[in-house]
Amino acid sequence: MQLRLEPRALQSRAMRYASPLIAAALTLVMGFILFAALGKNPPAAFYAFFIAPINSVGGLAELFLKASPLVLIALGLAVGFRSNIWNIGAEGQLTLGAIAAGWVALDPAFADSPLLLAAMIVAGILGGMAWAAIPAFLRTRFNANEILVSLMLTYVAQLLVNWLVFGPWRDPQGFNTPQSALFADGALFPILIANTRLNASVLLTLAAVVVSWVFLEKSFLGYKTRVVGLSSAAARYAGFSEKRTVWVGMLAGGAAAGLAGVGEVAGPLGQLLPTISPGYGFTAIIVAFVGRLDPVGIVFAGLLMSLLYLGGDSAQISMGLPAAAAALFQGALLFFLLGADVLVNFRVRVIRAVPLDQPRAAL
Amino acid sequence: MAARNDNPARLELRGICKSYPAVVANDGIDLRVMPGEIHAVLGENGAGKSTLMKIIYGVVKPDAGEILWHGARIDVASPAHARELGIGMVFQHFSLFETLTVAENVALVLPGNPGLDDVAARIGGVSERYGLTVDPRALVHSLSIGERQRVEIIRCLLQDLQLLIMDEPTSVLTPQAATRLFETLRQVAGEGCSVLYISHKLDEIKALCHRATVLRAAKVTGTCEPQRETAASMARLMIGRDLPKCNHPEAAGDGEERLVVNGLSLVCDDPFGTDLADIRLAVRSGEILGIAGISGNGQQELLAALSGERSTPDDDAIHVCGIAVARLGAAARRRLGLCFIPEERLGRAAIPSMSLADNALLTAHAQRMVALGMLRSDAITDFARRCIDDFDVKCAGPHAEAKSLSGGNLQKFIVGREVMQHPKVLVVSQPTWGVDVGAAVSIRQSLIELRNAGAAVLVVSEDLEELFEICDRIAVMANGRLSHAKRVTETDVEEIGVWMSGLWPDQVAGPVSAPLVESLHAT
Repeated sequence: MQLRLEPRALQSRAMRYASPLIAAALTLVMGFILFAALGKNPPAAFYAFFIAPINSVGGLAELFLKASPLVLIALGLAVGFRSNIWNIGAEGQLTLGAIAAGWVALDPAFADSPLLLAAMIVAGILGGMAWAAIPAFLRTRFNANEILVSLMLTYVAQLLVNWLVFGPWRDPQGFNTPQSALFADGALFPILIANTRLNASVLLTLAAVVVSWVFLEKSFLGYKTRVVGLSSAAARYAGFSEKRTVWVGMLAGGAAAGLAGVGEVAGPLGQLLPTISPGYGFTAIIVAFVGRLDPVGIVFAGLLMSLLYLGGDSAQISMGLPAAAAALFQGALLFFLLGADVLVNFRVRVIRAVPLDQPRAAL
Repeated sequence: MAARNDNPARLELRGICKSYPAVVANDGIDLRVMPGEIHAVLGENGAGKSTLMKIIYGVVKPDAGEILWHGARIDVASPAHARELGIGMVFQHFSLFETLTVAENVALVLPGNPGLDDVAARIGGVSERYGLTVDPRALVHSLSIGERQRVEIIRCLLQDLQLLIMDEPTSVLTPQAATRLFETLRQVAGEGCSVLYISHKLDEIKALCHRATVLRAAKVTGTCEPQRETAASMARLMIGRDLPKCNHPEAAGDGEERLVVNGLSLVCDDPFGTDLADIRLAVRSGEILGIAGISGNGQQELLAALSGERSTPDDDAIHVCGIAVARLGAAARRRLGLCFIPEERLGRAAIPSMSLADNALLTAHAQRMVALGMLRSDAITDFARRCIDDFDVKCAGPHAEAKSLSGGNLQKFIVGREVMQHPKVLVVSQPTWGVDVGAAVSIRQSLIELRNAGAAVLVVSEDLEELFEICDRIAVMANGRLSHAKRVTETDVEEIGVWMSGLWPDQVAGPVSAPLVESLHAT
């Protein structure tokens, strides 16, 4: 006996919308078994995971604060992913965006300018784009694989920020701590809700949702990138440039990641640190796919992923759940989500070996 | 083997029904195929022939009805099961892996784990026995459609075959090649194998088939013995009315030269491709030039060079409306008024998973579909709807996915999309490949009307009948070279057939003949 996935001729629209719910239900079942096996009270664990993190204004603010960079980066990556441009170096592009914004923020020449934050945003976007331009150039000029180049540049970016905060940009008053000076107030996003960390950078993310939706669904350039992704022969036939699509896909991801980097250093961090992001650039890849490369889907996926992080922390603290168990639970949800998605598009067929003589036996 | 003949029918279908969400494909189909019989299944596109064959081959499950194999009821569980039973099928859209060689493709369906050398030797044996020449080491993507078909047939013949299903097999063959295929099929049938022959070409069915079952709109409208029928009587069974004919008035032949190819030579990147050698042609406004030839003789390379999908270093080699375009890309040539319809409908001329509206945008975006970089979805949908209405495309509407259309209807849409852009030059490859009679006539008529409106049309086709029906002049492509063009009124199928083997007069005579000099008159 053999199992095989076959594409469905017709996808059920109802199941498309129901599949996230089915996945959630399966995750709860699995979580129930998991928590019970660990000797924890499952309802209490679910509460710690899904309710406790967001049953206060502060909790909700944290949810949006963490979801914002995930959504922003995933939106940028989706542009490339739709045309089969695999930028997986958003983490490095985010770091470069943060460095570029930090460079502006720490420059005394800009210190009292009312445009300081705007300049940081522009610098951050350009920094992310510049880092993404390297794999784009190598891909279009030498056909170098953008997956490898963009990933490896992430480590270069990490070393670059380390060098800066351990060396030239180290805070003179920081007792040799590897970190830059704190940014001035004019270099920080204004707080939206008092006594929380939620700042105005989430508004930029909301704007990016609209812009990317318009780009992907309504613009001719977005259409071209879709065509290149679906069929390179059709794109060649229509005369759409594949190189231009590589550039658009890489730069969109770089710009979004760079902006997310600004959001971190000009938001909750307020300075440059050796570690700027807890892996947002990589998690955003998952967010992009869980959101089916669709801007609205990405918003939901980003919120979900953010909740899983907060819930994991909360369950570890309040229930003493091991970190590995929290990660297992998070992984299970993603597994069921992507699995349900596969089953919407494919069906499983059981193939039994047919004995050679079986049909003739009836003769 | 002979013991099975107690029950005479090799395959019998009783009351087969199959519905899809939008359409009924088969509605109570009965069919009997005897051993050694060549049985035609005749019907227009969308009549349900392909679905019926897929049911027999185990690709699709019927909703109701029985399949009897040697008189015993069976369920064909899968194509692998069908092959075990001895049923082979050659699809209209071939099912070969393009990145594998011929021998590897064949080895994949053979039981056991045969070595490639052994498979290659067996391919050689079958090729020789049935006159199906093919190089077992060639990569499939480099083969022409005609050659791929041979691979499919050989692949079936290598198994213990009792029923061979051929879906529109001659659409891509020259008269001589079709004749050879018929000999192959007669030989196969003579050895006791049944053949199910799906086609809408009435002459072929008359020449080849013992019996015919005619389908129209998912139902059987009759069975007949083709030898006793006339083409017209079968056509009436098939389409319910008399066969339409193209209206093709004489071309004036004095228009300006719109497409000129001036000594185009190209070395092909693909080791199995064909190099182009000194191609010269000129197409005038208001005429249709046909290029005949067996596929794989450089047509794909020439078409890619003309469309701009492959650029050419020699700037002077190709002119569109007097402008040297050899180094321009496809989009730039399109802006000069050159439209192109390639032979691959799905994946090149249209994107399977996109809607017809989105597919209209693929090439017709200059028709006011884009404003300030944004899509005008009303204009796009409107264009698609007009194309569907004007070119009689049977589909669920502008938002139907391209892959949901039958080959003929999708081709009508693609032809419509290009014609509606009022091209100055239209280059078409295999315009009616695998398309039913009604659709083929309407596609050909659209090309003639485009010519009448003053366009220069270049048609590359393997279907000689079609070329003689619509062209004003015909040239022949063989081995990467192009013959001079002759007026259709001054030549015939036999002469062009001889030219297809590369033997046209000036090759022997040396000096260029008069019509060639005339057509090459520089712009």
